[in-house]
Amino acid sequence: MTPVLSVRDLRVRFGDREAVGGVSFDLEPGRALGVVGESGSGKSSLALALARLHVGADVTGSVLLDGTDVLAASGADLRRLRGGRIAMVFQDPLSSLDPYLRVGDQIAEVYRVHTGASRRAAAAKAVEVLDRVGIPDAPRRARAHPHEFSGGMVQRALIAMALALEPRVLVADEPTTALDVTVQARLLALLDELRTDTGMALLLVSHDFGVVAETADDVLVMRDGVAVEHGPVDGVLRTPSARYTRELLRSVPRLDAPRLRVTSPARPEAPGATEGHEPPRGREPLLRVTDLRRDFVSGPPLRRRAVPAVDGVSLEVAPGEALGVVGESGSGKTTLARLVVRLLAPSSGRIEFAGRDVTRLSARDLRPSRRDLQMVFQDPLASLNPRRTVGDSIADPLRVLGEPGAERTARDLMDRVGLDPGRYDAYPHEFSGGQRQRVGIARALGPGPRLLVCDEPVTSLDVSTQAQILALLAELRAERDLALLFVSHDLAVVRRVCDRVAVMRAGRVVETGDVDTVYDHPEDGYTRELLAAVPRLVALDPVV
Amino acid sequence: MIWFLTRRVLATVAVLLVMSAIVYGLFYLMPGDPAVLACGKRCGPEQLDVTRHKLGLDQAVHLQYWHFLEGLVAGRDYSSGPDVDHCAAPCLGYSFQSDQPVTSLLLDRLPVSASLTLGALLLALVAGVGAGMLSALRRGTLVERLITGVTLLGFSTPVFLIGLVLLLVFCAWLKVLPFPSYVPLTRNPAEWARNLVLPWCALALIEAALFARVARAGTLETLAEDHVRTFRAYGVSERQVVRRHALRGALAPVATLTAVELATIIVSAMLTESMFGLPGIGKLAVESTTSVDLPVIVGVTLLSGTAVVIANAAADLLHAAIDPRVKLA
Repeated sequence: MTPVLSVRDLRVRFGDREAVGGVSFDLEPGRALGVVGESGSGKSSLALALARLHVGADVTGSVLLDGTDVLAASGADLRRLRGGRIAMVFQDPLSSLDPYLRVGDQIAEVYRVHTGASRRAAAAKAVEVLDRVGIPDAPRRARAHPHEFSGGMVQRALIAMALALEPRVLVADEPTTALDVTVQARLLALLDELRTDTGMALLLVSHDFGVVAETADDVLVMRDGVAVEHGPVDGVLRTPSARYTRELLRSVPRLDAPRLRVTSPARPEAPGATEGHEPPRGREPLLRVTDLRRDFVSGPPLRRRAVPAVDGVSLEVAPGEALGVVGESGSGKTTLARLVVRLLAPSSGRIEFAGRDVTRLSARDLRPSRRDLQMVFQDPLASLNPRRTVGDSIADPLRVLGEPGAERTARDLMDRVGLDPGRYDAYPHEFSGGQRQRVGIARALGPGPRLLVCDEPVTSLDVSTQAQILALLAELRAERDLALLFVSHDLAVVRRVCDRVAVMRAGRVVETGDVDTVYDHPEDGYTRELLAAVPRLVALDPVV
Repeated sequence: MIWFLTRRVLATVAVLLVMSAIVYGLFYLMPGDPAVLACGKRCGPEQLDVTRHKLGLDQAVHLQYWHFLEGLVAGRDYSSGPDVDHCAAPCLGYSFQSDQPVTSLLLDRLPVSASLTLGALLLALVAGVGAGMLSALRRGTLVERLITGVTLLGFSTPVFLIGLVLLLVFCAWLKVLPFPSYVPLTRNPAEWARNLVLPWCALALIEAALFARVARAGTLETLAEDHVRTFRAYGVSERQVVRRHALRGALAPVATLTAVELATIIVSAMLTESMFGLPGIGKLAVESTTSVDLPVIVGVTLLSGTAVVIANAAADLLHAAIDPRVKLA
């Protein structure tokens, strides 16, 4: 079959830096090509170059779209190609539509630009395509503004915008990265369906091997701007030829991957314990949360309602144990984490830490417990003071506690988490994402905590960096008999580090238990749905 | 919406109450006897007592303030023995200088000041937003540098200097415009505008410079946003992208700024009126301050305060109209 998109020696240069260094591939109608790579690999630059969307970059090579060279097209021709032949869906759904205009009007606008249809016909078309991509009650929803849509719905709306123009190629740049797994699964299914129905080709850019494996026919693995491997998905997954692909595949957290083993000298294994990760029962729990509830008040005055974010949660964490808390956005998992470290005050319920009721303690009375109770945050950059050196950021909690030699301890901690202590005086922006998260962990370790509350600690990191951070956490647990409350939306990551797991939905824990039991024999319907939605490396996974 | 308006009205009343108390306190409790100021230097002790009683200055402070508020809402009577002066509903007392009711003094001058400030504001908005957007869209060209230069000049030149230069150039040398004097809009719109052109320009320049900066920043920011990229990626022309998608983003911050800036404009308008000899509230304020005409000063302060508070509420409404994400609550 003649390829609809034919790319030869595509290069994108920003000044001296080459983001894409000579990539070639063909894409046939109705086929899907997945472009995988870690951040900085040039995959997004490649996607943008296909519609010549770069500003201030030097793009060379050729991009033949249905026989027309995109890179050589004139202004008017280029505008006809954009949308009409090649359409885009971007990563961040909340910012990819104009916040000031109605969703239907935005689709209609684009449709009119390309077809010159009447206002009325364009409005009708907008409703039709919104309905086609599965937006419920499309005629009414077309009149809503983007902020009234959920992330998944905006992505559907963008796909609808593309659909209205019947493009030959749809380029989707991380279309599901910001979405929950169940939403992701439905969106990927929609893309599949449209591809079959309309015969349009799909170019799917993702950092997630699982997403690509589920959706694409072929895969192109990128690193430092070049394709290190290109071939059919099954082949690449089963017998990767490039070393980098093998490393990448190994780093991908998988639902059936073995746990990172914790062998603690402080916690000799009880005889008969299986696999060495039996939760240490019988000991007094370190953290006990009973019927915890936190309401947020919202709505107009007089009709103000208390909306529970955490709605009667009870759980326990034993000393040295890792409890995972999984759930989708809005399930209340982050609120729970913040309640436990008392960054938020509970509305009701009880939090006991090391046998002490800390639920209503004042900030002053809570201080002795703070030493034992530390937190690692999701966004390593946002949670470090940009105007303070990382060394000082690590030393500060120690200074607050009045410990002598805070600076020396900070250097030791840097060494422990795998950072060069010589970079004590460097600032957060000089570090990579993974290094920053190491700083965050070192800072939390300073006071010598017994429980570390981690809120999505690896979410913003690449898989290979993720793997390193998870390994570090496992080592630290073994070394210091550290208990973890590990909050994540990523089920595979949780399975990798945790002994037990609590599944949250709408502020409640729907299921809790040993990870293996919950993952292999989920009891709750929602847990099953969640597990089923996780994209799998099909070729590698045993059929479940 | 209704709740928003109710709250805003209540807040406005509260702000004005506090403001009136402060101004009232400052001026009436200042050293120096208001009665002497009101009666004149040649008044004897007996006349002073009569004046004091007539103005209610012999009462306790809180009673005086209470009567002042009463006068604002319901009007009040000033009596000295048999003759009673009734001062109707928004009563702000009588000018010490001219013995005219402050309310009518203000109302007489309001059209002049309103013409000046609103006209200048409109001019500043159109010129400023236009220049700001243009300089954002023509980045790196001579146009941008020119606008940036004029903007900087506008920022750094005081109103009275601009006014002076404008008067010199257009009225004294080129003689294309008359030396400004106020002609009511209702009498002759063309003359009204011709006379106000120079004061408008003088007053508008500095504000236009500010609006230009904000509009420029807003435009650049919006053009860099993801949703603009979406429409470019769907083949919408650059002109339409700017008109339909970037303009609002650039306007939203300007709307908010306008309300904040109204206070500055009112102060600048006082200077402008004095220098162009326009009989507006600003000129009245300057005159009353130099002659310590307390009731007039209080009146001017309350009036301009009201204008600023109302403008802020209007800006919030406008912001909500521009940006659907803003909830009025």
